[in-house]
Amino acid sequence: MENFEFINAIVLLANFVIVPALSYGSQLALATLSLTIIYGVLRFSNFAQADWMSFGTMATILFTWLFQSIGITAGVLPTALLALPFAIIVTALFCLLIDRSVYSFYRKQKSQPIVLMIVSVGVMFILQAVVRFIIGPNDRKFFDGEKYIVHALDFKNYFGLEEGLTIKSTQLITVIVALIAMISLFYFLQKTKLGKSMRAYSNNEDLALLSGINPEKIVIVTWVISSILITTAGVLYGLDKSFKPFTYFNLLLPMFAAAIVGGIGSPIGAVIGGYVIAFSEITLTYAYKKFFVYLLPENLEPSGLMQVLSTDYKFAISFIILVIVLIVRPTGIVRGKII
Amino acid sequence: MNEDLRAPVAFTVMAVLLAIVGFTQSWSVSLSVINLCIISSIMAIGVNLQWGYGGLFNAGVMGFTALGGLTAVLVSHDPIYEAWDKAGIGIVISAIIFVLSITALLFVFRNIENKQIRNTLIILIIVFGLIGINNFYGPSIDIIESINPAKTGFLGGLGLPIIFSWLIAAVVAGLVAWVIGKITLRLRSDYLAIATLGISEIVIAVVKHEDWLSRGVKNVSGLDRPVPYEIELQQSEWFLNLVERINFSKLEAMQSLSSRQDLLNDLVIDSSGIFVKLCYAGLFFSVLLLIFYLSQLALNSPWGRMLRAIRDNEEAASAMGKNIFAQHLQIFIIGSAIIGIAGAMLTTLDGQFTPGSYRPLRFTFIIWLMVIIGGSGNNLGSIFGGFFIWFIWIEAEPLSIGFMNMLAGGLEYDNPLRMHLLGSAAHLRLFIMGLLLLLALRFMPRGVIPEKIQKK
Repeated sequence: MENFEFINAIVLLANFVIVPALSYGSQLALATLSLTIIYGVLRFSNFAQADWMSFGTMATILFTWLFQSIGITAGVLPTALLALPFAIIVTALFCLLIDRSVYSFYRKQKSQPIVLMIVSVGVMFILQAVVRFIIGPNDRKFFDGEKYIVHALDFKNYFGLEEGLTIKSTQLITVIVALIAMISLFYFLQKTKLGKSMRAYSNNEDLALLSGINPEKIVIVTWVISSILITTAGVLYGLDKSFKPFTYFNLLLPMFAAAIVGGIGSPIGAVIGGYVIAFSEITLTYAYKKFFVYLLPENLEPSGLMQVLSTDYKFAISFIILVIVLIVRPTGIVRGKII
Repeated sequence: MNEDLRAPVAFTVMAVLLAIVGFTQSWSVSLSVINLCIISSIMAIGVNLQWGYGGLFNAGVMGFTALGGLTAVLVSHDPIYEAWDKAGIGIVISAIIFVLSITALLFVFRNIENKQIRNTLIILIIVFGLIGINNFYGPSIDIIESINPAKTGFLGGLGLPIIFSWLIAAVVAGLVAWVIGKITLRLRSDYLAIATLGISEIVIAVVKHEDWLSRGVKNVSGLDRPVPYEIELQQSEWFLNLVERINFSKLEAMQSLSSRQDLLNDLVIDSSGIFVKLCYAGLFFSVLLLIFYLSQLALNSPWGRMLRAIRDNEEAASAMGKNIFAQHLQIFIIGSAIIGIAGAMLTTLDGQFTPGSYRPLRFTFIIWLMVIIGGSGNNLGSIFGGFFIWFIWIEAEPLSIGFMNMLAGGLEYDNPLRMHLLGSAAHLRLFIMGLLLLLALRFMPRGVIPEKIQKK
């Protein structure tokens, strides 16, 4: 029985900490990547990014409803995955429209980053209004298809353990889709001509212009990539949990925290930052009591919940980490742009 | 338009708008709007000092507002002696351990060069600090929160008149701003915004969830008032006489004695509400005037000129021997203290403290709109912005409902599109706000009442 205790403890941890953190981390990493791309190429902190996320997700939900109403589904997979490409096109077009009508003016004037940031607050207001106007402020679930890959009860019976492991299909989909998105993004940035010119533009605008890179093209590509990433992240998050505009707006802060912790402006840093924030949010608020009950002999069992921080502070953890990183290593884990 | 004329014109327009509300809706509504306008203006002045004069983007306005509100509770609420007797000592001990650990951490961080020793010490301090605090803190808050949880369940406050809290809120907000400034002010501008946004969320999380301190989402209501209660007014002789004298002609026109008495009763009830709001307005307005006067005085002094010099060219100011960081810290503290005062005033006006109501949109970004649209770098502009944006924020809702009704005019009563349009009317005000900000930034980047360029 001794060994079982240990396995039970591990399964418990996997079920409540590792699997959820892995999927939340993937969602956050994608969202942070889009924030970082905008920051790196267009050089401003986009406060509207979380609301682009709700916009993209809203578009996906509308397409999902359309597909469902005419009887198209993806079988065991959620219909939203079929709707995703269409939603990305809509989001990207709207992004470009906003860029043309709002941001491009300030780019031509070579305004300071802080001005663009304030402008993005205005865009944030408008996007929030648009999303709430079209789909309303309420919670919406748009998941369909097969819900579980591994069910806790089956797992328990199969292995004869006390603890069960649940893996929702959305969690697996999240990790797979996020991996595909990240690999293709890094391939694009490192290997293709367009990606290289984007990095060159981000690194030194004047030199890039001298080498004949068309800045307008770079700007368009940046917005398109950002829309792909942010819509995908939003849809994965919505499938896993649910879609609510206010919850999505609140993701802005973990996104910024992840970007800075990872090293702002660095795509690899964004991915690392996303996972760091997700894992710390979940590991620091998980009550380890049961875990230790399995591991320790009876006389040493803990009396409290063994929780570092109450779940009430889940939200604040990303900032506590952010503040610590700002004090200890302001450039972030992967050295990003200079502050 | 001549820039000197803009301020009088803007304020006249504002007065006319408020008067229109007074005549069409009611003077009571108009006065409530004015009271909140004044508080918004004070917040806007605080942000304007930081941004317009110091060039610092503080996105943590909400946090300082909440701190001000918390101070109002902690100053004015009666102390809960039972809670203090049973568990006060535990809270005090955990506070001492907390302060000691932070001091020790700072000491280790600054004075020990060897990295290995330093890191081990830091981890040791954190672990022992956490264990120590958990030992005293957890049990104490359980006791405190179990004492009469439906009514109190927290430590209570000092039991002083609430008006003192306005001053104390400035001190509290200033102290917190000092800590935050020390951490964040060395960062580049947009980092500062993100960091302050995050820290304000931490403040809200603490206020929301530390029930022993603030009752959390259970709210604290029934705070005492610096002005008389309506019911007291309605029973006091002098107030009755006053109402009678003001409405003399109206009352005389009444035929019978009983209808005269009825009218008088109605008038007394109406006027007592208005009188209370006028008292608040008078108090708030004097605070606004005082803060405005003091900040104008400070900003036209050599110190103010130095701040503007730093804002316009940090390198040059630094080359002239000015300590940029120290000046930024100063203005950050002063601005935050002013926001704290406004926060305490807001809680005083509401008579209750509701941590759940602090949202970044309402308490951070709207204030920013006020500063930018009013005219950053000009306190008069911020006052106008505070009035104008708050007015729009409040009046946008009835206007959008009217607008939606017009759009849906031809539709049946229970048409789903009509229901949707009317249901979404409330979101139109976010759209209006965003549009106003974008239009102002594009076509009037210096605001309605721009900063005066001083040539000397």
